This record gives sequence, structure tokens and C-alpha cells, in this order.
Amino acid sequence: MIGVVAYGSGNIAAIENVLAQLGQPCMRLTRPQDFDQVDRLILPGVGAFDTVVSRLRESGLHVALEEAVLGEKKPVLGICVGMQILADGSEEGAEPGLGWISGQVKKIDVSGLNHKPYLPHMGWNSVRPKGKNPLFEAVDMPFGFYFLHSYRFDCADPTSEIATANYGGEFTVAVGRGNVFGVQFHPEKSHSNGVRLISNFATL
Amino acid sequence: MLRPRIIPSLLVADGRLVKTQKFTDPKYVGDPINAVRIFNEKEVDELCVFDISASKAGRGPDFQLIGDMATQCRMPLCYGGGVRTADEARRIIDLGVEKVAVSTAALERPDLVSEMSSEVGSQSVVVVLDVRQRGPGDYRVAGVGRSAFANDDVAAIASHFSDSGAGEIVVNFIDRDGMQTGYDLDLARRVRDAITVPMTMLGGAGSLDHIRELVAVFGVVGAAAGSLFVFKGKLRAVLINYPRRDELARTLEYR
Repeated sequence: MIGVVAYGSGNIAAIENVLAQLGQPCMRLTRPQDFDQVDRLILPGVGAFDTVVSRLRESGLHVALEEAVLGEKKPVLGICVGMQILADGSEEGAEPGLGWISGQVKKIDVSGLNHKPYLPHMGWNSVRPKGKNPLFEAVDMPFGFYFLHSYRFDCADPTSEIATANYGGEFTVAVGRGNVFGVQFHPEKSHSNGVRLISNFATL
Repeated sequence: MLRPRIIPSLLVADGRLVKTQKFTDPKYVGDPINAVRIFNEKEVDELCVFDISASKAGRGPDFQLIGDMATQCRMPLCYGGGVRTADEARRIIDLGVEKVAVSTAALERPDLVSEMSSEVGSQSVVVVLDVRQRGPGDYRVAGVGRSAFANDDVAAIASHFSDSGAGEIVVNFIDRDGMQTGYDLDLARRVRDAITVPMTMLGGAGSLDHIRELVAVFGVVGAAAGSLFVFKGKLRAVLINYPRRDELARTLEYR
């Protein structure tokens, strides 16, 4: 059973739709006790870093989430800002992140772009894997995924970076460390590639 | 490399899919949920749905319809129509929609855009500008009469919103709506130069060549189209269509 952390941010309905399409049982985690019923978690997130991380901390789910991920080592997949909050902090705000994957979230550097538009990074872009990762099994990486963001994850440890994309320069768009994973793009809105990635996570 | 976005644009009026010409004479096209389902199957880049009856009727967004459409979409969905508050925007995002578009309400109360941006993030805020051409090189935003703006020049208004929380500007050219004579590249250039956020052109696309032309000039740009993806042939028979992935890759050349 997959749990989608329902703390008040992110595209939960879309993620549930993909899991339903895959025939993967899932439930919304709205209470701490819900976490015991699932063996892996998806952590969505959309909006400003501070808003998202504060909402998580105020939701009453933060402790159960940490216990499930850091204590019980259940696999977790952070999506978009759900990935960014895995970091230590963000240039965008003042709140500390979860610190599960060491790094800082920074504004995308657009000085390398020859033409407008600049930000947000909006649209379909290719993704390059670093090494082989089960998350990207059978995914058409050159076709890539849909991105919609202005900030990017800068890993402190390069081994945490599992995929990159190029927009004004190459930067991290997926992280992985032990049971913790994160993707900057929106697999729930990236057609067959996204369905495949979510399926891969569900069967890790 | 980031690719241009080729975007079917659907108009809904009173729960039915319609198509207009120069913003008048709406013709019934079909069921919106079914159209969304078909576009999803065709794996379109993203989808815009605008409810053109909501504002006129003084209604808010049709949350039921929005939720039903979002359920069908494995691609980003942008919804607009009757949105007047940041709270409504938040509700729409929570239904599984990526972007919320405002038009009338943003002209009447420009602070709405920064409020929405604070609530859902600027990447999810779209301002749609309905534009009419008054003369050569002279493009004006429609509906400015009741608004806070003294200057209705499209570049000035687009620039204002690009600087105050919009993540994308959609230029909806009334004069070419449903005409299928091509995008107005002069209009596109004026807006592109005035803003830094992503721009999407809507109004005039009649063929993939028109889209190719827009992309050849502007590179990363949104090319939205209504008639092109909803009708086929001179008699405008309803046929939901979208180029195949390989066809699209072949057609588009961009810098």
C-alpha cells in the first residue's frame, strides 16, 4: 500500500489517479496512525518552500513521516517542492528543510539562457540519468518530463544526484539516497514516462 | 533541451464544449470531459480549458467540472473562467490542476495576481489577455474600461503582470480567433519583448506550419490552438486531433 502524504500541498488527486490507473492500492495519509498502514510514501508539494515546509510541520504528520522514513526506512518519493523540502534549506525562504538529503535549494541561474523566457522553467525537457537507477527503468529519458519551477536542488554530496536536466546550464532534477528519492519534475503529469516512473517507485 | 509547448485550447460554455470565431457565434463542439480524455490519450503537451460563460453569468468556477477534467489528465492542465480570488485558485490547484488563469478579474483588480502567486506559487498563475488590433502595430487589451489600467496597450499590461506574480502570459488574439490564418507574429514580438515569463500565443493557428513559424521565430514558446485541434477541413467537421509525437518532432525546428 502506498501512502500519499496529505498535509495540504501538492497534486494529490493527480497522483492518486495514476496509482489507480496502475492498480496500485493507495491511501491518503491524514493522521499519524495512517503511516503504519503503508510500506512506501509519496510526498507531493507545490508552491513556496516556506509555505510547504511550514504546512508539513503544522500538519501533525511531520513526526510520523520522519519515523516512517528515517526510522523504519520506508521508501519515499518527493515530487517537485516535495523534493525541494528534502534539502537543508532554500534561498527562497527562511524555514529549514527536512535535511534528509544534504543540500541547498537555489534559484535557477538563467544567465546562460540566450533568449527569453527565463523563469519559471516551464514545459517538457529531457532528463539525463547518472548511472543506472531503478526509478528510470524503461523511461524515455530524452523525451523527459514536465517541469514547472524556478528553484533547483543543489546537492552537497554529488552522489545524491541521480539525474540532471539542462536549462541555462545542467542541474540536478532527481535525488536519491538510501530509501529517500526526489524528482523535481511532475511524473503525475508526464504521460507514459511519469506513469512508468511512479510504477517503478511502487515496485522498488 | 526545453521544448516549445503545443497546447490545445478548449472553450466551455455552460458545461458544453464550444468554438467561437472572433469571440462570437459559439458553435457546439461536444462534451468537454470526452475531449479531455481524447487529448490525454493523444498525449498532448498540456491543455487549456477556459470557461467563457462563467464571468458573464457572474458565476464562479465550476469545481465539479474542473475536478472531472483533472481526473482525466496525465498532462498539465490550465483552467480559467470566473476565478476571482486566491482561495478559488487554491481550490482549483487542489483538484489536480497545474495552472489557474485569470483575465477579467485581474484587469479589474490587478493585486489578485500577486495574491494568487502567494497562495499557489507564481508558476501556477496565468494571466490571459484578450487582444484587439486597433491599427498597424497598435494592439489593445479588451475589457480594460472597467479596470485599474489607464493604458490598455498590450505590452504595458503584459509587462505589469509579468513583473507582479504571473508565471505565464497568454495572448488571446480576438481578431484571429477561429480564423486559422496564422499567429500574429508582430503581436507576439511586442509581448515577448515586454515580459520575461513564458508566453503563449492563442488565436489564428490553422496548420502545423503556423505553429512551426511561431516556434522558428520564438523558440521556447507556447503555441495554443482551438480550431486546429478540434476541427478538420473547410467545413469544420468536429474531429479532436493532435499531431503524433514523431510528426511534431519532424515539424518543429527551433533554436
